[in-house]
Amino acid sequence: MVSNEAPVLDVSNLKKHFSIGKGIFHKSNEKVYAVDGVSFSIPKGQTLGLVGESGCGKSTLARAVIRLVEPTSGEVRIMGRNILELSKSEMRDCRRQAQIIFQDPFSSLNPRMTAGDIVAEPLIVHNIGSRIQRLERVAELFDLVGLRAAQLSSLPHQFSGGQRQRIGIARALALGPQLIIGDEPVSALDVSIQAQVINLMMDLQEKKQLSYLFIAHDLAVVEHISHRVAVMYLGRIVEHSDKNSLFSRPQHPYTEALLSAVPVPNPKLKRHRRLVQGDVPSPINPPAGCHFHTRCPYLTEQCRVDVPPLIEVEQGHWVACHLRSPKLN
Amino acid sequence: MMSTVNGVGNPSSKDDSSPEKKVSEFNEELSLAGANVHTKVGMIFFLTKRYPLGFLGLFLVFVFIFVALFAPYLTTHDPLTTNPSISLAAPSMGHPMGADFMGRDLFSRVIFGARTSLAVAFGATILGVFFGVLIGLASGYLGGWVDLVLQRLIDILQSLPTLILAMAMAAALGPSLFNTIIAIAIPKFPSIARVIRSSTLSLREMPFIEAARAMGMSDLRIVFRHIFPNTLAPLIVLATAGLGSAILVEASLSFLGLGVPEPHPSWGRMLSESASEYVRTAPWLVLFPGAAITVAVFGANLLGDALRDIFDPRQRTAN
Repeated sequence: MVSNEAPVLDVSNLKKHFSIGKGIFHKSNEKVYAVDGVSFSIPKGQTLGLVGESGCGKSTLARAVIRLVEPTSGEVRIMGRNILELSKSEMRDCRRQAQIIFQDPFSSLNPRMTAGDIVAEPLIVHNIGSRIQRLERVAELFDLVGLRAAQLSSLPHQFSGGQRQRIGIARALALGPQLIIGDEPVSALDVSIQAQVINLMMDLQEKKQLSYLFIAHDLAVVEHISHRVAVMYLGRIVEHSDKNSLFSRPQHPYTEALLSAVPVPNPKLKRHRRLVQGDVPSPINPPAGCHFHTRCPYLTEQCRVDVPPLIEVEQGHWVACHLRSPKLN
Repeated sequence: MMSTVNGVGNPSSKDDSSPEKKVSEFNEELSLAGANVHTKVGMIFFLTKRYPLGFLGLFLVFVFIFVALFAPYLTTHDPLTTNPSISLAAPSMGHPMGADFMGRDLFSRVIFGARTSLAVAFGATILGVFFGVLIGLASGYLGGWVDLVLQRLIDILQSLPTLILAMAMAAALGPSLFNTIIAIAIPKFPSIARVIRSSTLSLREMPFIEAARAMGMSDLRIVFRHIFPNTLAPLIVLATAGLGSAILVEASLSFLGLGVPEPHPSWGRMLSESASEYVRTAPWLVLFPGAAITVAVFGANLLGDALRDIFDPRQRTAN
C-alpha cells in the first residue's frame, strides 16, 4: 500500500449499532453491535476479501460502506470524499462510484422487468444518454459480461443462476464505478458457475482497474480473487494481511481455525485440525475483552478484560490478539 | 401471458435444469396435452380448457358489460315510461318479463339496470383500488408513524361490517349514483390497502430494491416502478373478486332505499318495490331482477376465483 493515490475506499473506525426497541413505551437499551470499529482501505485495482462466519457483520459492513444502512459513527471515504457527510443529492452523485452485487441472483432482479431494462435502469436514474445511446451501452455491457444481445428482452426467470448474476454485474457496471462491493456474489451458485463468475470479475478488474470489496465465507474463493484478506469476527476485524502471508502464516487463533477447516481434496493427508468449540456468541451482548475469548484455545486472563488492538506483526500483516503483542514475547 | 402459463400447470418443475430447457420441456408437455401454447389463440384455448368455470365467468362479465353498453339497442320500450293499462302484466311476447305496478316494461328495466350495476361495481372498485393502493404503498414503504396511523384508521373501518358502513356512508352522503359509488368504495379500500401493504413490506426488503437504492433511485420511482408492479397479481384478483360484492352491496343499499335514486333503474330497488306486495300475485317482478343480480355476481366471482388460481402458482414458481 505504498501508493501515492488516495485509496478508492478508505474506512476508518466504522460502527453500526442497531438498537432493539421493544415497543413504543419501554425502549430497551440493548444494542446489536453488528459492526464495531472497523478500519481498512482498498487501493485502486485491488481486491479486499472479507471473510467470517454468518452473522459476524460482513453484510452490514458492506451496506454501511455505501450507506444502504446509515452507519452509527466512523468515516467512509470513497475516492477521498467522506460520504457520511454528503447531502442526499451529493450522495446520489457519489453512488456512481460504488455499486453492489448481491448474493441471491433470484431476488436481486425485479421479476417483472426485462434484463435489458434492469441494466439500463441506473443510466435512466442518472439521466445518462439518449434512449438509443443507453440501448447501445446496455448491449455493450451485455457483451462485456458474456450475455447475448438476443437476451435483452428476456425476463429474469428465463435465465439460469449464473446468467442472472451476470445481469447483476452488468447493472453494477453500468455507471462505470471505481468500487464494486460483492456481498457473497457467488455463494448461491454451483461450484462450476462460481468459477466462471469469479473469473469474469477478475477479467473486469483487469480491464477497468476496478476495486473490489469481496465478501465471502468460502476461503478458497477468497484466496483466488483477493489481493488482501481481512478476517472478521463479531463485528471486528481480527486479522488483516496480504493474501499469501495470511494463508501461509495465520496469526490469529480464529484464522488458524478457519484455515484448518477448509477441506483439502487429498484423503491421505493427515492434518492437525484446530477446531473451535461452541457457537458464535450473540452480538447483542458481545463478550468483554477479546470477542473470541469464549472459544479460544489459548485463553489468558488478559483476553477476558482488554480489547486487543490491531497491531502490525509483519510488514502489512495486522492482527488483533494479545498472544502476538510484543509485550508478551 | 407466456410466463403465466409456464407457471400454471408446472408447480413441481423446480429442478435445477436451466429455465430455458424447462420452458421447452413444459411446452412439449402442453402440446402433448393438446394445447398449442405458441400462439395467443392457443393460449386462450388452453386456459379455457383448464379453467372452464373461469371462462364462463369471463363470458358472463362480458355479457354484462355488453348489455350495459348497448342497453338502448337491446330494449323494446323506454324503461321509464309508465303505461297504466299494462300494470302488473304477466310476461308475454310484447313484454317478455312482464311489467311492474306502474306499467313499465320490466325487460327494459332489467337491461338498463345493468348500467347502474356496472357503473357502481366498476366505479366503486376503481375508486377503492386507487385509494387502497395509495394508502397501502405509503403505509408499507414509509413505515414508522405513517404506517401506525394509517393502520389504526383501517382497523376502525374494518371493525364495521361492510354493509353497515356502506349504509351509514350512503345515509350521510344522500342518495345519488356517485354517492353510492363512494359509499361502496369506502368499506372496500381497507382490505385492498392491507394486502398492498403486506406485499410492500416483503418487497421492500428484497435485494432488487436495495440495488435500486444503491444506484440512487428516488423513493417515488422505487415505489411505482419496482414495488407496485409486483403487487399487481394479488391486486387483480382482489379487484375482480370485489366486483361481485360491489354489485351485491349496491343491490342491498337500493333495496333499503339508500342506493341509486329514481329514475335510474336498479335491480336492488326493483326487488324492494315488488317484494313485499306483489311477490304472490306477480312473482316475475322479483324473479327477473333477482336472477340478474345472481348471474352478474356469479360471473364476477367465477372470474375472480379463476384469476386467483392462475396467479397463485406463478407467484410460487417465480421466486
